[in-house]
Amino acid sequence: MKRSVLLSAAVLAAVVIGAPLAGSSHIELGRAFAGVSPDHEIFFYARLPRVILALLGGAALSVTGVLFQCMLRDPLAEPYTLGVSSGASVGAVIAICLGWRATGLASLAGAALVLLMVLGMAVEGRRLSSFTLLLTGVTMNSMAFAVILFLHNLASFSQSFAISRWLMGGLEAVEYSTLASLAGVVIGVTTLVIKYAPQWNLLAVGDDWAASRGVSTVRLTAMGYIVGSVLTGLVTSLTGPIGFVGLIVPHALRLKLGADHRALLPCAFLLGGAFLVVCDTLSRTVIAPTEIPVGVLTALCGGPFFLWLLKSRRRSLWL
Amino acid sequence: MSFSARQLGFAYGLHEATFEFPRSGLITIAGPNGAGKSTLLGILAGLRSPYRGSCTFAGREVRQWPKREFARKAAFLPQSVRLEFPFTAEEVVLMGRTPYARGWFQTDEDRSAAEEAMTTTDTLAFRGRDFRTLSGGEAQRVILASALTQRPEVLLLDEPATHLDLRHQLSLYRLLGELSKSLLVVAVTHDLNLALQFSSRIMVLEDGRIAGDGAPHEVLNPELISRVFGVQATLHGGLHGTWMSYEA
Repeated sequence: MKRSVLLSAAVLAAVVIGAPLAGSSHIELGRAFAGVSPDHEIFFYARLPRVILALLGGAALSVTGVLFQCMLRDPLAEPYTLGVSSGASVGAVIAICLGWRATGLASLAGAALVLLMVLGMAVEGRRLSSFTLLLTGVTMNSMAFAVILFLHNLASFSQSFAISRWLMGGLEAVEYSTLASLAGVVIGVTTLVIKYAPQWNLLAVGDDWAASRGVSTVRLTAMGYIVGSVLTGLVTSLTGPIGFVGLIVPHALRLKLGADHRALLPCAFLLGGAFLVVCDTLSRTVIAPTEIPVGVLTALCGGPFFLWLLKSRRRSLWL
Repeated sequence: MSFSARQLGFAYGLHEATFEFPRSGLITIAGPNGAGKSTLLGILAGLRSPYRGSCTFAGREVRQWPKREFARKAAFLPQSVRLEFPFTAEEVVLMGRTPYARGWFQTDEDRSAAEEAMTTTDTLAFRGRDFRTLSGGEAQRVILASALTQRPEVLLLDEPATHLDLRHQLSLYRLLGELSKSLLVVAVTHDLNLALQFSSRIMVLEDGRIAGDGAPHEVLNPELISRVFGVQATLHGGLHGTWMSYEA
Protein backbone atom coordinates (compact mmCIF):
# COMPACT_ATOMS: atom_id res chain seq x y z
CA MET A 1 0.00 0.00 0.00
CA LYS A 2 2.71 2.46 0.99
CA ARG A 3 4.71 1.43 -2.06
CA SER A 4 1.86 2.09 -4.49
CA VAL A 5 1.18 5.51 -2.96
CA LEU A 6 4.88 6.47 -3.14
CA LEU A 7 5.12 5.19 -6.71
CA SER A 8 2.03 7.19 -7.70
CA ALA A 9 3.49 10.31 -6.09
CA ALA A 10 6.72 9.81 -8.05
CA VAL A 11 4.79 9.43 -11.31
CA LEU A 12 2.82 12.60 -10.60
CA ALA A 13 5.97 14.55 -9.73
CA ALA A 14 7.67 13.46 -12.95
CA VAL A 15 4.62 14.37 -15.02
CA VAL A 16 4.18 17.77 -13.38
CA ILE A 17 7.82 18.70 -13.96
CA GLY A 18 7.91 17.32 -17.49
CA ALA A 19 4.59 18.60 -18.81
CA PRO A 20 5.27 22.38 -18.75
CA LEU A 21 8.49 21.82 -20.73
CA ALA A 22 6.65 20.10 -23.58
CA GLY A 23 5.02 22.27 -26.21
CA SER A 24 5.23 23.81 -29.63
CA SER A 25 7.90 26.31 -28.59
CA HIS A 26 10.98 24.89 -26.93
CA ILE A 27 11.82 26.31 -23.48
CA GLU A 28 14.44 25.57 -20.86
CA LEU A 29 13.75 25.18 -17.16
CA GLY A 30 16.85 27.16 -16.16
CA ARG A 31 15.96 30.14 -18.32
CA ALA A 32 12.38 30.06 -17.11
CA PHE A 33 13.45 30.25 -13.48
CA ALA A 34 16.06 32.89 -14.25
CA GLY A 35 13.28 35.11 -15.60
CA VAL A 36 14.55 35.08 -19.16
CA SER A 37 11.90 36.07 -21.70
CA PRO A 38 9.99 34.38 -23.32
CA ASP A 39 10.77 31.13 -21.48
CA HIS A 40 9.69 32.66 -18.18
CA GLU A 41 6.30 33.81 -19.49
CA ILE A 42 5.58 30.59 -21.38
CA PHE A 43 6.49 28.44 -18.41
CA PHE A 44 4.84 30.39 -15.60
CA TYR A 45 1.88 32.05 -17.31
CA ALA A 46 0.88 29.77 -20.20
CA ARG A 47 1.78 26.24 -19.25
CA LEU A 48 2.23 25.81 -15.48
CA PRO A 49 -1.25 27.12 -14.45
CA ARG A 50 -2.79 24.82 -17.01
CA VAL A 51 -0.81 21.83 -15.71
CA ILE A 52 -1.87 22.63 -12.15
CA LEU A 53 -5.52 22.94 -13.21
CA ALA A 54 -5.29 19.58 -15.01
CA LEU A 55 -3.70 18.01 -11.93
CA LEU A 56 -6.37 19.31 -9.56
CA GLY A 57 -9.20 18.54 -11.98
CA GLY A 58 -8.07 14.99 -12.70
CA ALA A 59 -7.46 14.35 -9.01
CA ALA A 60 -10.87 15.69 -7.96
CA LEU A 61 -12.78 13.78 -10.66
CA SER A 62 -11.02 10.51 -9.88
CA VAL A 63 -11.53 10.78 -6.12
CA THR A 64 -15.20 11.62 -6.70
CA GLY A 65 -15.52 8.67 -9.07
CA VAL A 66 -14.15 6.31 -6.40
CA LEU A 67 -16.56 7.74 -3.83
CA PHE A 68 -19.69 7.63 -5.98
CA GLN A 69 -18.99 4.09 -7.19
CA CYS A 70 -18.46 3.05 -3.58
CA MET A 71 -21.60 4.70 -2.18
CA LEU A 72 -23.90 3.71 -5.04
CA ARG A 73 -22.22 0.28 -5.28
CA ASP A 74 -22.49 0.76 -9.02
CA PRO A 75 -19.43 0.24 -11.24
CA LEU A 76 -20.92 2.59 -13.82
CA ALA A 77 -21.28 5.52 -11.44
CA GLU A 78 -19.06 8.54 -12.11
CA PRO A 79 -18.83 12.17 -10.99
CA TYR A 80 -21.46 13.18 -13.53
CA THR A 81 -24.03 10.60 -12.41
CA LEU A 82 -25.80 12.97 -10.03
CA GLY A 83 -26.31 15.61 -12.71
CA VAL A 84 -24.20 18.29 -11.03
CA SER A 85 -22.00 18.83 -14.06
CA SER A 86 -25.05 19.06 -16.33
CA GLY A 87 -26.23 21.87 -14.08
CA ALA A 88 -22.85 23.51 -14.57
CA SER A 89 -23.20 23.14 -18.34
CA VAL A 90 -26.67 24.70 -18.37
CA GLY A 91 -25.34 27.63 -16.34
CA ALA A 92 -22.48 28.14 -18.76
CA VAL A 93 -24.70 27.85 -21.84
CA ILE A 94 -27.17 30.40 -20.45
CA ALA A 95 -24.27 32.76 -19.75
CA ILE A 96 -22.99 32.35 -23.30
CA CYS A 97 -26.46 32.94 -24.81
CA LEU A 98 -27.03 36.06 -22.72
CA GLY A 99 -23.56 37.30 -23.51
CA TRP A 100 -22.35 37.28 -19.89
CA ARG A 101 -18.62 37.21 -19.40
CA ALA A 102 -18.70 35.25 -16.15
CA THR A 103 -19.29 31.81 -17.66
CA GLY A 104 -17.46 30.12 -14.78
CA LEU A 105 -19.57 31.80 -12.14
CA ALA A 106 -22.80 30.98 -13.98
CA SER A 107 -21.84 27.33 -14.29
CA LEU A 108 -20.95 27.23 -10.60
CA ALA A 109 -24.42 28.57 -9.83
CA GLY A 110 -25.98 25.95 -12.14
CA ALA A 111 -24.05 23.18 -10.40
CA ALA A 112 -25.08 24.40 -6.95
CA LEU A 113 -28.74 24.66 -7.97
CA VAL A 114 -28.83 21.12 -9.33
CA LEU A 115 -27.02 19.78 -6.28
CA LEU A 116 -29.61 21.35 -3.97
CA MET A 117 -32.46 19.98 -6.07
CA VAL A 118 -31.00 16.47 -6.19
CA LEU A 119 -30.31 16.41 -2.45
CA GLY A 120 -33.76 17.83 -1.73
CA MET A 121 -35.33 15.03 -3.74
CA ALA A 122 -33.32 12.27 -2.09
CA VAL A 123 -33.66 13.26 1.57
CA GLU A 124 -35.85 10.76 3.41
CA GLY A 125 -36.04 11.74 7.04
CA ARG A 126 -32.41 12.04 8.07
CA ARG A 127 -30.91 9.85 5.39
CA LEU A 128 -30.23 10.07 1.68
CA SER A 129 -31.68 7.40 -0.57
CA SER A 130 -29.08 6.23 -3.08
CA PHE A 131 -31.76 4.90 -5.37
CA THR A 132 -33.59 8.25 -5.54
CA LEU A 133 -30.26 10.05 -5.97
CA LEU A 134 -29.40 7.88 -8.95
CA LEU A 135 -32.77 8.32 -10.64
CA THR A 136 -32.91 12.05 -9.90
CA GLY A 137 -29.40 12.40 -11.30
CA VAL A 138 -30.33 10.61 -14.51
CA THR A 139 -33.44 12.80 -14.86
CA MET A 140 -31.46 15.98 -14.19
CA ASN A 141 -28.96 14.95 -16.85
CA SER A 142 -31.67 14.48 -19.48
CA MET A 143 -33.47 17.69 -18.53
CA ALA A 144 -30.24 19.65 -18.66
CA PHE A 145 -29.42 18.14 -22.03
CA ALA A 146 -32.85 19.19 -23.33
CA VAL A 147 -32.35 22.77 -22.09
CA ILE A 148 -28.92 22.90 -23.70
CA LEU A 149 -30.29 21.62 -27.03
CA PHE A 150 -33.07 24.20 -26.91
CA LEU A 151 -30.71 27.10 -26.16
CA HIS A 152 -28.21 25.86 -28.71
CA ASN A 153 -30.98 25.89 -31.28
CA LEU A 154 -31.73 29.54 -30.58
CA ALA A 155 -28.10 30.62 -30.42
CA SER A 156 -26.30 32.68 -33.03
CA PHE A 157 -23.44 31.20 -35.05
CA SER A 158 -20.69 32.49 -32.78
CA GLN A 159 -22.61 31.61 -29.63
CA SER A 160 -23.19 28.15 -31.02
CA PHE A 161 -19.44 27.73 -31.52
CA ALA A 162 -18.75 28.88 -27.97
CA ILE A 163 -21.34 26.44 -26.62
CA SER A 164 -19.85 23.51 -28.52
CA ARG A 165 -16.38 24.38 -27.28
CA TRP A 166 -17.56 24.61 -23.70
CA LEU A 167 -19.38 21.28 -23.86
CA MET A 168 -16.26 19.55 -25.22
CA GLY A 169 -14.43 20.50 -22.05
CA GLY A 170 -10.98 21.93 -22.07
CA LEU A 171 -8.24 23.35 -19.93
CA GLU A 172 -7.05 26.90 -20.16
CA ALA A 173 -4.55 28.84 -18.11
CA VAL A 174 -6.34 30.46 -15.17
CA GLU A 175 -5.24 32.97 -12.53
CA TYR A 176 -2.99 31.66 -9.76
CA SER A 177 -5.44 33.02 -7.19
CA THR A 178 -8.21 30.81 -8.65
CA LEU A 179 -5.85 27.86 -8.64
CA ALA A 180 -4.94 28.49 -5.01
CA SER A 181 -8.60 28.44 -3.93
CA LEU A 182 -9.27 25.34 -6.00
CA ALA A 183 -6.19 23.63 -4.56
CA GLY A 184 -7.33 24.51 -1.04
CA VAL A 185 -10.73 22.92 -1.57
CA VAL A 186 -9.53 19.87 -3.50
CA ILE A 187 -6.69 19.03 -1.11
CA GLY A 188 -8.78 19.77 1.98
CA VAL A 189 -11.71 17.66 0.84
CA THR A 190 -9.50 14.80 -0.34
CA THR A 191 -7.70 14.72 3.01
CA LEU A 192 -11.05 14.51 4.78
CA VAL A 193 -12.22 11.73 2.46
CA ILE A 194 -8.98 9.75 2.86
CA LYS A 195 -9.27 10.01 6.63
CA TYR A 196 -12.42 7.88 6.42
CA ALA A 197 -10.90 5.31 4.02
CA PRO A 198 -11.48 2.30 6.33
CA GLN A 199 -15.15 3.26 6.66
CA TRP A 200 -15.60 3.61 2.88
CA ASN A 201 -14.45 -0.02 2.62
CA LEU A 202 -17.43 -1.16 4.69
CA LEU A 203 -19.83 1.15 2.90
CA ALA A 204 -18.72 -0.38 -0.42
CA VAL A 205 -20.04 -3.72 0.85
CA GLY A 206 -23.42 -2.46 2.06
CA ASP A 207 -25.24 -0.01 4.33
CA ASP A 208 -26.35 -2.61 6.88
CA TRP A 209 -22.94 -4.23 6.77
CA ALA A 210 -21.29 -0.91 7.66
CA ALA A 211 -23.92 0.21 10.19
CA SER A 212 -23.81 -3.08 12.09
CA ARG A 213 -20.06 -2.68 12.45
CA GLY A 214 -20.27 0.71 14.04
CA VAL A 215 -19.97 3.05 11.02
CA SER A 216 -22.21 6.15 11.06
CA THR A 217 -23.51 5.43 7.58
CA VAL A 218 -26.05 8.26 7.38
CA ARG A 219 -23.48 10.95 8.17
CA LEU A 220 -20.75 9.42 6.05
CA THR A 221 -22.99 8.99 3.00
CA ALA A 222 -24.30 12.55 3.21
CA MET A 223 -20.75 13.83 3.49
CA GLY A 224 -19.61 11.75 0.52
CA TYR A 225 -22.33 12.97 -1.82
CA ILE A 226 -21.91 16.60 -0.81
CA VAL A 227 -18.13 16.80 -1.02
CA GLY A 228 -18.09 14.78 -4.26
CA SER A 229 -20.64 17.11 -5.82
CA VAL A 230 -18.81 20.22 -4.62
CA LEU A 231 -15.58 18.93 -6.20
CA THR A 232 -17.35 18.06 -9.45
CA GLY A 233 -19.17 21.38 -9.61
CA LEU A 234 -16.02 23.41 -8.95
CA VAL A 235 -13.91 21.55 -11.48
CA THR A 236 -16.61 21.55 -14.16
CA SER A 237 -17.12 25.29 -13.81
CA LEU A 238 -13.43 25.77 -14.65
CA THR A 239 -12.89 23.10 -17.30
CA GLY A 240 -16.28 22.12 -18.69
CA PRO A 241 -17.27 18.47 -18.62
CA ILE A 242 -14.28 16.18 -19.11
CA GLY A 243 -15.50 12.63 -19.46
CA PHE A 244 -13.93 9.28 -18.73
CA VAL A 245 -11.44 10.31 -16.02
CA GLY A 246 -13.80 9.79 -13.11
CA LEU A 247 -15.08 6.50 -14.50
CA ILE A 248 -11.96 4.79 -15.74
CA VAL A 249 -9.20 5.88 -13.34
CA PRO A 250 -10.96 4.28 -10.32
CA HIS A 251 -11.51 1.00 -12.17
CA ALA A 252 -7.99 0.87 -13.58
CA LEU A 253 -6.63 1.38 -10.06
CA ARG A 254 -8.91 -1.28 -8.57
CA LEU A 255 -7.66 -3.78 -11.14
CA LYS A 256 -4.08 -3.09 -10.05
CA LEU A 257 -4.46 -2.32 -6.34
CA GLY A 258 -7.63 -4.10 -5.26
CA ALA A 259 -10.57 -2.43 -3.59
CA ASP A 260 -9.01 -1.16 -0.33
CA HIS A 261 -9.83 2.54 -0.18
CA ARG A 262 -6.77 3.26 1.94
CA ALA A 263 -4.65 2.67 -1.16
CA LEU A 264 -7.30 3.49 -3.74
CA LEU A 265 -8.13 7.05 -2.66
CA PRO A 266 -4.59 8.46 -2.39
CA CYS A 267 -3.61 6.78 -5.67
CA ALA A 268 -6.78 8.07 -7.38
CA PHE A 269 -5.81 11.58 -6.31
CA LEU A 270 -2.21 11.25 -7.51
CA LEU A 271 -2.66 9.21 -10.68
CA GLY A 272 -5.98 10.80 -11.66
CA GLY A 273 -4.13 14.12 -11.59
CA ALA A 274 -1.20 12.70 -13.55
CA PHE A 275 -3.53 11.15 -16.13
CA LEU A 276 -5.27 14.42 -16.94
CA VAL A 277 -1.96 16.31 -17.08
CA VAL A 278 -0.66 13.79 -19.64
CA CYS A 279 -3.87 13.98 -21.70
CA ASP A 280 -3.84 17.77 -21.66
CA THR A 281 -0.18 17.92 -22.65
CA LEU A 282 -0.90 15.64 -25.58
CA SER A 283 -3.96 17.69 -26.49
CA ARG A 284 -1.88 20.83 -26.98
CA THR A 285 1.19 19.20 -28.58
CA VAL A 286 0.11 16.37 -30.89
CA ILE A 287 -1.17 18.50 -33.77
CA ALA A 288 0.08 21.88 -32.50
CA PRO A 289 -0.78 24.68 -32.93
CA THR A 290 -4.29 23.17 -33.17
CA GLU A 291 -5.57 21.74 -29.92
CA ILE A 292 -7.50 18.51 -29.59
CA PRO A 293 -10.33 18.76 -27.02
CA VAL A 294 -9.02 17.06 -23.90
CA GLY A 295 -12.20 15.00 -23.49
CA VAL A 296 -11.43 13.34 -26.82
CA LEU A 297 -7.98 12.42 -25.58
CA THR A 298 -9.05 11.12 -22.16
CA ALA A 299 -11.29 8.66 -23.97
CA LEU A 300 -8.79 7.84 -26.73
CA CYS A 301 -5.81 7.35 -24.37
CA GLY A 302 -7.69 5.89 -21.46
CA GLY A 303 -10.00 3.58 -23.37
CA PRO A 304 -7.47 1.26 -25.03
CA PHE A 305 -5.26 1.25 -21.93
CA PHE A 306 -8.22 0.23 -19.82
CA LEU A 307 -9.28 -2.49 -22.24
CA TRP A 308 -5.76 -3.87 -22.17
CA LEU A 309 -5.77 -3.82 -18.38
CA LEU A 310 -9.11 -5.58 -18.33
CA LYS A 311 -7.90 -8.23 -20.74
CA SER A 312 -4.62 -8.85 -18.93
CA ARG A 313 -6.26 -9.20 -15.57
CA ARG A 314 -8.41 -12.29 -15.73
CA ARG A 315 -8.87 -12.81 -12.00
CA SER A 316 -11.74 -10.41 -12.12
CA LEU A 317 -14.86 -11.71 -13.84
CA TRP A 318 -16.57 -8.38 -14.12
CA LEU A 319 -15.61 -4.81 -13.36
CA MET B 1 -29.75 -12.48 30.10
CA SER B 2 -28.87 -10.81 26.83
CA PHE B 3 -31.90 -9.44 24.96
CA SER B 4 -35.14 -8.61 26.69
CA ALA B 5 -38.14 -7.35 24.71
CA ARG B 6 -41.43 -5.96 26.05
CA GLN B 7 -44.35 -5.20 23.72
CA LEU B 8 -41.85 -4.81 20.89
CA GLY B 9 -43.30 -3.59 17.61
CA PHE B 10 -42.23 -2.07 14.32
CA ALA B 11 -44.09 0.03 11.76
CA TYR B 12 -44.71 -2.91 9.49
CA GLY B 13 -44.56 -6.53 10.41
CA LEU B 14 -44.02 -6.84 14.15
CA HIS B 15 -46.50 -6.48 17.01
CA GLU B 16 -46.24 -6.76 20.78
CA ALA B 17 -43.42 -9.26 20.93
CA THR B 18 -42.33 -10.06 24.45
CA PHE B 19 -39.43 -12.42 25.14
CA GLU B 20 -36.13 -12.86 26.91
CA PHE B 21 -33.01 -14.41 25.43
CA PRO B 22 -30.30 -16.13 27.51
CA ARG B 23 -26.57 -15.41 27.15
CA SER B 24 -25.83 -18.56 25.19
CA GLY B 25 -27.57 -21.13 23.08
CA LEU B 26 -28.82 -21.41 19.51
CA ILE B 27 -32.19 -19.79 18.97
CA THR B 28 -33.89 -20.10 15.58
CA ILE B 29 -36.61 -17.78 14.34
CA ALA B 30 -39.01 -19.35 11.84
CA GLY B 31 -42.21 -18.36 10.11
CA PRO B 32 -43.73 -17.86 6.67
CA ASN B 33 -42.56 -15.10 4.33
CA GLY B 34 -43.48 -11.67 5.63
CA ALA B 35 -44.02 -12.88 9.21
CA GLY B 36 -41.53 -10.35 10.58
CA LYS B 37 -38.46 -12.55 11.07
CA SER B 38 -35.97 -10.23 9.39
CA THR B 39 -37.58 -7.18 11.00
CA LEU B 40 -37.10 -8.71 14.43
CA LEU B 41 -33.50 -9.63 13.63
CA GLY B 42 -32.90 -6.10 12.31
CA ILE B 43 -34.17 -4.58 15.55
CA LEU B 44 -31.93 -6.87 17.60
CA ALA B 45 -29.00 -5.83 15.40
CA GLY B 46 -29.71 -2.15 16.00
CA LEU B 47 -30.50 -1.55 12.33
CA ARG B 48 -34.26 -0.83 12.54
CA SER B 49 -34.42 2.10 14.84
CA PRO B 50 -37.81 3.67 15.55
CA TYR B 51 -39.35 0.57 17.13
CA ARG B 52 -42.25 0.58 19.60
CA GLY B 53 -42.11 -0.87 23.08
CA SER B 54 -38.79 -1.82 24.53
CA CYS B 55 -35.86 -3.97 23.47
CA THR B 56 -32.87 -3.99 25.76
CA PHE B 57 -29.50 -5.64 25.49
CA ALA B 58 -27.63 -6.14 28.78
CA GLY B 59 -30.16 -3.87 30.42
CA ARG B 60 -29.74 -0.97 28.01
CA GLU B 61 -32.18 -0.02 25.25
CA VAL B 62 -30.75 -1.18 21.88
CA ARG B 63 -31.28 2.20 20.17
CA GLN B 64 -29.39 3.93 22.96
CA TRP B 65 -26.24 1.81 22.65
CA PRO B 66 -23.40 3.72 20.99
CA LYS B 67 -23.05 1.98 17.62
CA ARG B 68 -19.38 1.18 17.96
CA GLU B 69 -19.75 -0.25 21.42
CA PHE B 70 -22.79 -2.29 20.39
CA ALA B 71 -20.85 -3.70 17.42
CA ARG B 72 -18.41 -5.24 19.91
CA LYS B 73 -21.33 -7.07 21.55
CA ALA B 74 -23.52 -8.10 18.64
CA ALA B 75 -22.47 -9.15 15.14
CA PHE B 76 -24.97 -9.19 12.28
CA LEU B 77 -24.70 -11.39 9.18
CA PRO B 78 -26.84 -10.36 6.22
CA GLN B 79 -28.55 -13.01 4.12
CA SER B 80 -25.98 -12.66 1.39
CA VAL B 81 -23.21 -10.28 0.50
CA ARG B 82 -22.84 -9.33 -3.14
CA LEU B 83 -19.73 -7.34 -3.83
CA GLU B 84 -19.14 -5.07 -6.79
CA PHE B 85 -15.48 -4.52 -5.99
CA PRO B 86 -12.43 -6.81 -5.73
CA PHE B 87 -12.01 -7.14 -1.96
CA THR B 88 -10.08 -10.25 -0.90
CA ALA B 89 -11.57 -12.73 1.57
CA GLU B 90 -9.14 -11.54 4.22
CA GLU B 91 -10.07 -7.88 3.69
CA VAL B 92 -13.73 -8.79 4.17
CA VAL B 93 -12.86 -10.65 7.38
CA LEU B 94 -10.78 -7.73 8.69
CA MET B 95 -13.74 -5.36 8.24
CA GLY B 96 -15.16 -7.03 11.34
CA ARG B 97 -12.42 -5.31 13.35
CA THR B 98 -13.84 -1.85 12.59
CA PRO B 99 -15.50 -1.44 16.02
CA TYR B 100 -12.05 -1.85 17.60
CA ALA B 101 -10.11 0.33 15.15
CA ARG B 102 -8.21 3.25 16.64
CA GLY B 103 -6.69 4.62 13.49
CA TRP B 104 -6.14 4.01 9.88
CA PHE B 105 -3.97 0.90 10.04
CA GLN B 106 -4.70 -2.62 11.21
CA THR B 107 -2.93 -3.74 14.38
CA ASP B 108 -1.30 -7.09 15.09
CA GLU B 109 -4.25 -7.84 17.31
CA ASP B 110 -6.61 -7.29 14.36
CA ARG B 111 -4.58 -9.63 12.22
CA SER B 112 -4.41 -12.36 14.85
CA ALA B 113 -8.16 -12.06 15.50
CA ALA B 114 -8.74 -12.49 11.75
CA GLU B 115 -6.41 -15.46 11.59
CA GLU B 116 -8.15 -17.11 14.53
CA ALA B 117 -11.61 -16.54 13.04
CA MET B 118 -10.48 -17.86 9.65
CA THR B 119 -9.08 -20.97 11.32
CA THR B 120 -12.38 -21.55 13.14
CA THR B 121 -14.37 -21.23 9.92
CA ASP B 122 -11.80 -23.09 7.80
CA THR B 123 -11.26 -20.20 5.39
CA LEU B 124 -7.50 -19.57 5.75
CA ALA B 125 -6.77 -21.46 2.53
CA PHE B 126 -8.33 -18.80 0.33
CA ARG B 127 -7.61 -15.67 2.36
CA GLY B 128 -6.07 -13.92 -0.64
CA ARG B 129 -8.80 -14.74 -3.15
CA ASP B 130 -11.20 -12.20 -4.61
CA PHE B 131 -14.36 -12.57 -2.53
CA ARG B 132 -16.49 -12.57 -5.70
CA THR B 133 -14.87 -15.75 -6.96
CA LEU B 134 -15.77 -17.76 -3.83
CA SER B 135 -18.52 -20.37 -3.88
CA GLY B 136 -21.66 -19.78 -1.81
CA GLY B 137 -20.39 -21.98 1.00
CA GLU B 138 -16.96 -20.37 1.09
CA ALA B 139 -18.45 -16.86 1.01
CA GLN B 140 -20.83 -17.64 3.87
CA ARG B 141 -17.93 -18.93 5.99
CA VAL B 142 -15.90 -15.80 5.24
CA ILE B 143 -18.84 -13.63 6.34
CA LEU B 144 -19.10 -15.70 9.52
CA ALA B 145 -15.36 -15.26 10.13
CA SER B 146 -15.78 -11.52 9.71
CA ALA B 147 -18.52 -11.52 12.35
CA LEU B 148 -16.36 -13.57 14.72
CA THR B 149 -13.52 -11.03 14.56
CA GLN B 150 -15.92 -8.62 16.26
CA ARG B 151 -15.55 -10.95 19.27
CA PRO B 152 -19.28 -10.65 19.86
CA GLU B 153 -21.45 -11.99 22.66
CA VAL B 154 -24.30 -12.44 20.18
CA LEU B 155 -24.35 -13.61 16.56
CA LEU B 156 -27.41 -12.56 14.54
CA LEU B 157 -27.82 -14.43 11.24
CA ASP B 158 -30.42 -13.85 8.54
CA GLU B 159 -31.09 -17.16 6.75
CA PRO B 160 -27.45 -18.23 6.83
CA ALA B 161 -28.06 -21.55 5.04
CA THR B 162 -30.19 -20.34 2.14
CA HIS B 163 -27.51 -20.47 -0.51
CA LEU B 164 -25.78 -23.60 0.76
CA ASP B 165 -25.99 -27.21 -0.36
CA LEU B 166 -26.98 -29.91 2.14
CA ARG B 167 -23.47 -30.73 3.28
CA HIS B 168 -22.60 -27.08 3.87
CA GLN B 169 -25.92 -26.43 5.63
CA LEU B 170 -25.11 -29.18 8.09
CA SER B 171 -21.54 -28.13 8.66
CA LEU B 172 -22.59 -24.49 9.14
CA TYR B 173 -25.20 -25.40 11.74
CA ARG B 174 -22.79 -27.78 13.44
CA LEU B 175 -20.34 -24.87 13.71
CA LEU B 176 -23.07 -22.54 14.98
CA GLY B 177 -23.97 -25.23 17.54
CA GLU B 178 -20.35 -25.30 18.73
CA LEU B 179 -20.21 -21.52 18.95
CA SER B 180 -23.52 -21.38 20.83
CA LYS B 181 -21.91 -23.04 23.82
CA SER B 182 -20.14 -19.81 24.66
CA LEU B 183 -22.28 -17.16 22.95
CA LEU B 184 -25.85 -16.52 21.88
CA VAL B 185 -26.63 -17.40 18.27
CA VAL B 186 -29.91 -16.18 16.79
CA ALA B 187 -30.63 -17.45 13.28
CA VAL B 188 -33.59 -16.83 11.02
CA THR B 189 -34.34 -20.00 9.09
CA HIS B 190 -36.91 -21.58 6.78
CA ASP B 191 -35.69 -25.09 7.47
CA LEU B 192 -37.64 -26.52 10.37
CA ASN B 193 -35.63 -29.75 10.33
CA LEU B 194 -32.39 -27.84 10.85
CA ALA B 195 -34.11 -25.96 13.67
CA LEU B 196 -35.28 -29.22 15.23
CA GLN B 197 -31.89 -30.79 14.98
CA PHE B 198 -29.67 -27.96 16.14
CA SER B 199 -31.49 -25.24 18.04
CA SER B 200 -32.09 -25.13 21.77
CA ARG B 201 -35.10 -22.91 21.28
CA ILE B 202 -37.33 -21.85 18.43
CA MET B 203 -39.51 -18.79 18.05
CA VAL B 204 -42.24 -19.06 15.39
CA LEU B 205 -43.68 -15.82 14.04
CA GLU B 206 -47.01 -15.42 12.30
CA ASP B 207 -48.16 -12.08 10.87
CA GLY B 208 -45.76 -10.21 13.11
CA ARG B 209 -46.82 -11.97 16.30
CA ILE B 210 -45.14 -14.72 18.27
CA ALA B 211 -47.09 -17.90 17.56
CA GLY B 212 -44.83 -20.22 19.49
CA ASP B 213 -41.67 -19.95 21.59
CA GLY B 214 -39.86 -22.75 23.36
CA ALA B 215 -38.07 -26.05 22.88
CA PRO B 216 -38.28 -27.04 19.18
CA HIS B 217 -39.85 -30.49 19.68
CA GLU B 218 -42.59 -28.91 21.82
CA VAL B 219 -43.28 -25.85 19.68
CA LEU B 220 -43.18 -27.57 16.30
CA ASN B 221 -46.29 -29.69 16.60
CA PRO B 222 -48.54 -30.53 13.62
CA GLU B 223 -51.34 -28.17 14.75
CA LEU B 224 -49.07 -25.12 14.92
CA ILE B 225 -47.38 -25.94 11.63
CA SER B 226 -50.71 -26.42 9.90
CA ARG B 227 -52.03 -23.13 11.28
CA VAL B 228 -48.92 -21.01 10.65
CA PHE B 229 -47.46 -22.51 7.49
CA GLY B 230 -50.59 -24.03 5.92
CA VAL B 231 -49.05 -27.47 5.39
CA GLN B 232 -49.69 -30.85 7.01
CA ALA B 233 -46.64 -31.97 8.94
CA THR B 234 -45.83 -35.42 10.23
CA LEU B 235 -43.24 -35.86 12.96
CA HIS B 236 -41.02 -38.91 12.81
CA GLY B 237 -38.95 -40.18 15.70
CA GLY B 238 -35.86 -42.19 14.99
CA LEU B 239 -32.43 -43.14 16.16
CA HIS B 240 -31.06 -39.79 15.05
CA GLY B 241 -33.66 -37.60 16.71
CA THR B 242 -36.90 -36.09 15.52
CA TRP B 243 -37.51 -35.01 11.93
CA MET B 244 -40.50 -33.98 9.97
CA SER B 245 -42.06 -34.34 6.54
CA TYR B 246 -44.69 -32.08 4.95
CA GLU B 247 -47.65 -32.33 2.62
CA ALA B 248 -49.52 -29.44 1.07
